[in-house]
Amino acid sequence: MPAKPKTRKVNRRTVLAGSVAGAAVALTRFPAPAVAQAEPFRLGLLTVKTGPLAQGGIQMEQGVLTYLKETNYMIGGRKVDLFSADTGGNPAGTKTKAQELVERDKVDVILGPLAAFELYAINDYIREQKMPTLSLAAADDLTQRKPNPYLLRASATSSQAMHPMAHYTATELKLKRIFCIVEDFAFGYEQMGGFQASLQKEGGCVVNKLWPPLVTPDYTPYVAQISDCDGVCQGFAGSNPLRFMKAYANAGLQYPVVTGETGGDDALLKSFGEEAIGLVSCIPYTLDLEVDANQRFINGMLKNFDTIPGQYAGLLYVNCQVVDAALKATGGDARDKDKFMTALRAVSLTDTPRGPLKFDHFGNVVGTFYIRRIGTEGAKYGLKLWNKTIKTYENVSQFWIWPEQEYLAHPVYSRDYPPLTKC
Amino acid sequence: MSIHGRSIAALIAVVALAALPYAIGEVYYVNIASQILLYAIFALGLNILVGYAGLVSLGHAGLFGIAAYVVAYLLVAGHGHVLAIAAALVASLAATAGFAALSLRSTGITFIMITLALGEIIWGLAYRWISLTNGDNGITVPARPAPFGIALGNARAFYLATLIVFIVAIVASGIFVRSPFGAALRGTRDQPRRMNALGYHVWMIRFWAFMFSGLLSAIAGVLFVYYNQFISPQALALTASAEGLLMVISGGAGTLLGPVVGAALVVIVKNVVSAYVERWNFMLGAIFVAIVVFMPEGLVPGMVRLTRSIWRGKAKADPTLPMAAGRRQ
Amino acid sequence: MTFWLLLTVNSVTFGGLLFLLSAGFSLIFGLMRIPNLTHGSMFMLGAYFGTTLLSGALGIRFGFWVAAIVCALQIAVLGALMERLLLRRLAGQQLAQVLVTLGVSFMVADLCLMGWGGDPISVATPPGLNGFIRFGAAVFPLYRLAVIAIAVIFALALWLMLERTRLGAMIRAGVDDPQMARVVGIRVSQLFTIVFALGAGLAGFAGLIGGPILSVYPGIDQDMLPLALVVVILGGTGSLLGSFVGSILIGFIYNFGQALLPELAYFILFLPMVLVLVLRPQGLFGGQIL
Repeated sequence: MPAKPKTRKVNRRTVLAGSVAGAAVALTRFPAPAVAQAEPFRLGLLTVKTGPLAQGGIQMEQGVLTYLKETNYMIGGRKVDLFSADTGGNPAGTKTKAQELVERDKVDVILGPLAAFELYAINDYIREQKMPTLSLAAADDLTQRKPNPYLLRASATSSQAMHPMAHYTATELKLKRIFCIVEDFAFGYEQMGGFQASLQKEGGCVVNKLWPPLVTPDYTPYVAQISDCDGVCQGFAGSNPLRFMKAYANAGLQYPVVTGETGGDDALLKSFGEEAIGLVSCIPYTLDLEVDANQRFINGMLKNFDTIPGQYAGLLYVNCQVVDAALKATGGDARDKDKFMTALRAVSLTDTPRGPLKFDHFGNVVGTFYIRRIGTEGAKYGLKLWNKTIKTYENVSQFWIWPEQEYLAHPVYSRDYPPLTKC
Repeated sequence: MSIHGRSIAALIAVVALAALPYAIGEVYYVNIASQILLYAIFALGLNILVGYAGLVSLGHAGLFGIAAYVVAYLLVAGHGHVLAIAAALVASLAATAGFAALSLRSTGITFIMITLALGEIIWGLAYRWISLTNGDNGITVPARPAPFGIALGNARAFYLATLIVFIVAIVASGIFVRSPFGAALRGTRDQPRRMNALGYHVWMIRFWAFMFSGLLSAIAGVLFVYYNQFISPQALALTASAEGLLMVISGGAGTLLGPVVGAALVVIVKNVVSAYVERWNFMLGAIFVAIVVFMPEGLVPGMVRLTRSIWRGKAKADPTLPMAAGRRQ
Repeated sequence: MTFWLLLTVNSVTFGGLLFLLSAGFSLIFGLMRIPNLTHGSMFMLGAYFGTTLLSGALGIRFGFWVAAIVCALQIAVLGALMERLLLRRLAGQQLAQVLVTLGVSFMVADLCLMGWGGDPISVATPPGLNGFIRFGAAVFPLYRLAVIAIAVIFALALWLMLERTRLGAMIRAGVDDPQMARVVGIRVSQLFTIVFALGAGLAGFAGLIGGPILSVYPGIDQDMLPLALVVVILGGTGSLLGSFVGSILIGFIYNFGQALLPELAYFILFLPMVLVLVLRPQGLFGGQIL
């Protein structure tokens, strides 16, 4: 039998093997040599531009850009490269984008993410990668029982604003039996847990707690269950407060409503209708705070984006101020992550849009919280409604009035903690 | 191509794939490669049903997700990796049997709808049964396993472990497909009535194919949850099942390499292209529509056909492939 | 008591909205034998188009009802285009058609994100229907009652069209037996285009009508499509009565499920669909078996 002629056949297997090898070669990258000072400072931003939280996320980016435009894209004496990533408002997306920022874009610092459940999802990763993160997201435990040394929070824990809110509700509004309703995610649980703990300390109690999903097109099935109370506490975030307040009014409910930092955000003022009049909120940033930094910030937002800011933008602006101060303290060097974190935690500022702030030894902010009520009085910037500050709580820490050890001894606020009692 | 040639090509591919993480400098791209491999396993599993049994499922993300959730849940509860993985596979297989029992009463469009509904049920439970699954907050897996002392927390090590699983999966699929059972399965796809008349138990054949498909999806789910060290209901949504289908159809249903190419396509568009093109979902959809309309047999057979036609003149679509077969009607 | 009343009215309202969405889906499924996976996308697109029209596109500020009709027509045209350019190429290959609708749904979702951004957009209740009706302690927003009325009007209109017009007769013939319909001279492929356009237009209309209740947000297509699917499977494909009854039923299950059994809310929504497909594939009122 004649020998089989050697034919060179191209078939899909060889094509595939060859292209894999080719792709491997093509994707090889050579590490660039590190040159510290002349290199731009790489700022990463994890924000949300899709979904119910997009309202806040878009503002986060605007807040950062306002600061950068004001300083001509310079932070700590270095030029800034901003890498903005849309997480989609969910933990899985946040993980993916965090990996991109750290591994592909090689950022020096991450600002954000927005939501507590997003931060919980990337907590281990940030710690492993030693990536300094200035989170907007609450996620109480990461500065309490499971502290992450690479986290800094200039905004607030989820419960930090709700503690004084409950105090005000019980002592000044004289409402004792409250019905709580908030989205079904970590930020929601922690807000209501804090509200309940503080309310119970002032002699009040929570009648019931409802948890509609983050994406709830129609709140009516939940609103229909609200009854038998002195007042309602809602903790909705993003653009959900708009629809909730509408559904609440549509159901003819008239109990007074109180809320935390997101439920009455200033940026929503232009979209709220009459149903929001009388809403009392407690928040770390308020439009009507008349200090220089705030005026600069608001003017910047109006000029650059023709948008009236709320806390999402305000607090990111503050985050940029903090990074700037820390970077100046290290002489522009962010390569030693631990040294940079120490500098970040040592920052103490007085002229910020939210007023004075400093950090406790867990990296969480100690600052001022403002109680406001929505009305028509004092409205500026073309708005019909306005959040007017009616009380200020200063030097509020994440532990409120409890001693730190006592606070840490109880479990983190969750769906089931504190448990509901007879009310 | 001769067996000899085929084995050499396969060996070259394996070596190239194994060398990949050392050739690529950056962890980010090694991670992308790991993702491609684990999704390829998912697509291979889905392809057993779609390509070889002719049954299109829009619920496979549910089976994928059950395995992932069981691993996460057991690990957080303090159990070991071996137990977690074993339990995940068992749970997922049980669910697969349930899916099969309910959906195999029908074929065609009805089959698609039942599997869609079943997938949605699993998603709905993951999303709202908060006390079990933590809902939207998801479950974080504390650490990847370290078999034989090799920490899989390292990206390269994880890639190699995934590669080994992938090779086993594709070899198993190859054996399955080339076996008499595989031939019988293709028979039930093309001529179910005749197969019945010949004495083959069509339902049982489809059932076992479904189970094998579910096993591969479960394995992919386990790899997924270890890769991400996180699971949330998003991974089980209808979109996830749809993306799996995209991978299979775009690569080439009814071929072994099609799903692999399809998985690479989707993962690369999602991750790498998204850096340059913000709207990658649109691209994915457009590519999919283009493939279904112009190259229904999928990329792999389509490219082969194109290259053949360039070398030897006009070639026809392979009529034994399910999508192309549709054209004859 | 208020709780039950409020939820009952809400269920019927939601059911009405679902009917507007699913009637078209049912007709398309019955006639063309494919589940149109772009149906949710059409709903979303109609709502988004509506918000643009309402906020004053082309210099004109459209009124709510005019905007709804214009949207419906726009989406109908898009539906007709999609049918002619994509689906007709794959005539006879149901599987391929379903896959194409899947791919198009991905594309439309991203286009909407590009066009209107990621932030949810609320739709104002049309002026005139802003008020309430009080019934004892319970309060019912007028607009939600209006949606029920609209759904009933459309149900009657569709029924009249199907039973009394030539087009309706042709559609019914096509649903019952497309082969025979062709034999007696009905231009079935033209019918496909008309019905697909009609279905898409109805979905787009439903999108804007639903706006004041649900608002518009990225992902609403993924939320509404499975509901349309459940309604049509439950009620029976190709059956108008089935869509109507199915919609009301699902409206109740959805609302009361969210309120009373939140953990199993989606489970009880999709379980009936599985049961029907397995035990009685033609649905409650469907004529032909799938």
